[in-house]
Amino acid sequence: MRTGSRLSAAILALFLAGCTGLPAGLDPAGPAAEMITGLFWWFTAICTAVWALVVLGLGASLLRARPADDGASPLDRGSARRISATRVVTALVGATALVLVALTISAFITGRGLAQLRGEQVRTIEITGHQWWWEVRYSDGGPAETLATANEIHVPVGEAVRLSLRSNDVIHSFWIPRIGGKQDLVPGQVNHLDFTIDKPGIYRGQCAEFCGFQHAHMGLVLVAHPRDEFERWFSSQLKPAQAPRGAEARAGQQAFLSRSCVMCHTVRGTPAGGKIAPDLTHIASRSGVAANTLPMTRGALAAWIADPQAVKPGAHMPRTELDSDELNSILAYLEQLK
Amino acid sequence: MCSPCHKVAGLVLLLAIAGCEREEREFQSPPPQSGDAGAAVLSTLSPGSSAPQATPSPTGRKYNQNAYHISEGKRWFRWFNCNGCHANGGGGSGPALMDEKWIYGGSIEHIAATIRQGRPNGMPSFDGKIPEQQIWQLAAYVRSMSGNAPKPARPSRNDALNPGPAEQQRDPLPTVGGAAQGPR
Repeated sequence: MRTGSRLSAAILALFLAGCTGLPAGLDPAGPAAEMITGLFWWFTAICTAVWALVVLGLGASLLRARPADDGASPLDRGSARRISATRVVTALVGATALVLVALTISAFITGRGLAQLRGEQVRTIEITGHQWWWEVRYSDGGPAETLATANEIHVPVGEAVRLSLRSNDVIHSFWIPRIGGKQDLVPGQVNHLDFTIDKPGIYRGQCAEFCGFQHAHMGLVLVAHPRDEFERWFSSQLKPAQAPRGAEARAGQQAFLSRSCVMCHTVRGTPAGGKIAPDLTHIASRSGVAANTLPMTRGALAAWIADPQAVKPGAHMPRTELDSDELNSILAYLEQLK
Repeated sequence: MCSPCHKVAGLVLLLAIAGCEREEREFQSPPPQSGDAGAAVLSTLSPGSSAPQATPSPTGRKYNQNAYHISEGKRWFRWFNCNGCHANGGGGSGPALMDEKWIYGGSIEHIAATIRQGRPNGMPSFDGKIPEQQIWQLAAYVRSMSGNAPKPARPSRNDALNPGPAEQQRDPLPTVGGAAQGPR
């Protein structure tokens, strides 16, 4: 018996070792997520209490001895037992209705609070969902300050941000658990999501509405900077791509512009201007490849370019027949696009 | 069970299995073997007018019968701006693709060769710019525009603005050889 309890304690310790802090959804980083987390704990507490009461009642009735047979039929409406059972059931149905109404009202209050969160100074960022990546556009400042990037959103800390969400093909859903709730991206419609972030940091997000074969590999990253750091990031991203340095990177640019890359991708400052795939002007400054399926390393980039269908089968980036020199030079070129 | 029932059940199963092929999604085509892709020539070496000749190929047949390839082709048609000249198949500065006239041949092998090599009076060459699999998918879609693909494999709806009925609703048009039509 003692070994048994030791074993179970060891197993429990192993399970707990897996938890480093709370899961992302319960560790809020902004007011919207805080309200949702509060609601989650409130629901959990009430449901736990109800469950415990039901189990206690069930256990008590199992343990209680069956009363002596008094000869009355259980279906006899006039019997005392029957009348008390009716009262108990009525009371419990009433209590259940009360609990459900209370939960509904608290959910309504949270929803109304979320809708009223929109702050004063609002920066709008346009997010467009594609199968299977996120297009991110900053177009608040007029044409000269319009910026397109992909799969990575940068925002300043403490500033109200409004996302306008669109879709290019099917319904997607934007969800960064530590920031707030989900919001769908619906074709032919613009939805909005407002949030503010309190702490600088990197927050991982994910498409939360099944959108096809590579739905699971449609990740995004939100980076919250202090104000001045954000301004530096923004002005560096506004610049066109830097000219390739070195013979290999120059050959890479030529290969990029003469092979299938140029059909779909944009690199600002070069003739590449495709609008149907992620903007690669500053690809090397991002943290992930293929909608954050792989980390941004030369090896991962090589794997993705050499055979996209092995990394994300069904993705719309085709395999291009490149010889190894072409592949290496394209990698050298892309690595300089900081 | 009676033996006619067996036969019927077997037939139904066969039919069901045959239906699977059109939906098979081949994300990555194996590298083409020599001769698989067929040969497309624009004229025979003989006097008088002659239609473009092509040898039917396993590759062409595969792409022509597969719903996934054709719908991917429809996507590329929009993304690579084929619309820019051919409109939605009705033609603009480029010839119409949904009629029965094929200047450079109407077989899938001819259409793939036309996309690959380019043609006089405006059609650019996409060899090296569009990977081989995408060229075949485009060619399969272009053929389906005039109804020349198995009806169940043709796209049944339009994802983007498109004035015409979806390819599946169109009646197949006979393909007429094109060399005699002359350039537009």
